[in-house]
This record gives sequence, structure tokens and C-alpha cells, in this order.
Amino acid sequence: MTAVATIEPVRKHVIIEASQERVFQTFTRDIDTWWPRQHHIGTSPLKRAVLEPMAGGRWYSVCEDGSECTTGRVLAWDPPKRVVLAWQITAQWQYDPDLITEVEVTFTAEGPRTTRVDLEHRNLERYGVSAVEFRKSIDASQGWGLILSNFAAAVGCEE
Amino acid sequence: MANHSLAFTALGDPTRQLLLERLAKRPMPVGKLAAGLKVTRPAVSQHLKVLYDAGLVSVRQQGTRRIYQVDPKGIEIMRSYLDRFWDRALAALKAAAETEEDT
Repeated sequence: MTAVATIEPVRKHVIIEASQERVFQTFTRDIDTWWPRQHHIGTSPLKRAVLEPMAGGRWYSVCEDGSECTTGRVLAWDPPKRVVLAWQITAQWQYDPDLITEVEVTFTAEGPRTTRVDLEHRNLERYGVSAVEFRKSIDASQGWGLILSNFAAAVGCEE
Repeated sequence: MANHSLAFTALGDPTRQLLLERLAKRPMPVGKLAAGLKVTRPAVSQHLKVLYDAGLVSVRQQGTRRIYQVDPKGIEIMRSYLDRFWDRALAALKAAAETEEDT
């Protein structure tokens, strides 16, 4: 055991039958075409997800009522191979400028029309106390389905 | 097994909240945790016991010292949500990229 409590990052990969360039573009410039929103409930519906294509760019959503909510920002921009994003949504489903968890996504060409995408969401130990509060809120609540919905809603959009 | 109403009560105290915030930054023994606080070390120990009983902190033995840390279970739940979220997101990414490629 190490001196500092760390939480294993979330790691995912997917093989996509499209060129590296295309997949990178889809992930970044065209994030609105795939960003999950089907569980969106309450508040104003999500209209558009936006990732500004540059280092330091904002990552945010626009709601039907015109309000914007920040998910995070672009920490590293290395098209078409890699992008690192700051995910700054707390366990209470709010944007927090002081919370930075990193999402690193790499795009590897395995063929002219085959791309492997590896995603790592790390620094989850930074949820610390807020995750403890979160666990409390789960206990008091209505179960997994609604919590997940709230999460998707917050990630997509909030008031 | 953590008792959640206990957890709720345990966090209602400002000193215990402060202790938990300190532990969230870094696991540490009681002595270090008490340093610079206006509460006595026995009082800190008592607060830690309340936090421990509520399942908010865990403890491990390192040599002769007992090291306290935020119980990672709360974070594990957060992690499992993100795990599912990214499954769904990447499946949608794949569908979108492959559709665009076809057109």
C-alpha cells in the first residue's frame, strides 16, 4: 500500500472502424453528435455540447433556455493523437473550478480505417470528502436509476 | 458496514469536517492530524472514533503507528458511475464516428 490513498483510474478502450483523423474530429469538434443526453431529466434540456478545439479551450454545454454550464477544459491538445481534458464535475453534480480530474484520450491508427481509442479518467481520489457526502446522498435517495440520470443531466446540463 | 445516519451525524460537527478534509488530502496519524488545531489530541482521537464508527475513515497499521485515511468506499461508488458513464459515451462515439465515415 502506498502512503497516499489513490483510486484506480477508470480505463476504457474501443475499436472504431473509421480513420484516426475522423475519430479525433468526432470526439472533439463533433462532440455534440455523441455526447450522452438520453438520461437528461429536469431543468432545461441539453441543446448542444461544445469542446473548443485548442489547449485551454472550454468544455461546456448549452441548454435549450440558453444557459451554459461548464464541464471542464482542454488541458492538452495534440491532434489527431491525443487530448487531455479536465473534468470538473463534483460528486454533487456541480462545476467546481478547484476540482480537476483528468480524462486522457489517445487515438491510435490500427489501419487506414481502424482506430483504437483509449480513455483514462484519473485523479478520482480528489473526490475525497465530496464523495463521502455523495455516498450519504445515495443512501437517502431513490436508487441507482435516478442517481445515474442526475449524473447524466449534470454532465450534460444544469441550471 | 457503515451506518449512514451515523455518517450524517458525524459530519454535522465542524471539527470532524475539518479532520475529514485534512485526511482527504493525505492519510496521517493522530499526532499529525492534531497539530495546529485548537483541540487536544485525546479530543481528536475521540472525533476520529466517531468518524470511524460512521464508516467515513479507515485506519491501517504502519509499524507502531496507526494511519487514518478517508474511507475510499465513497469514492469507489463515484468511480463506478463514471465507469458506466464512459461505457455509454464511447459506444455513442463509435456509432457517430462510423456513421460519419460511411457518408
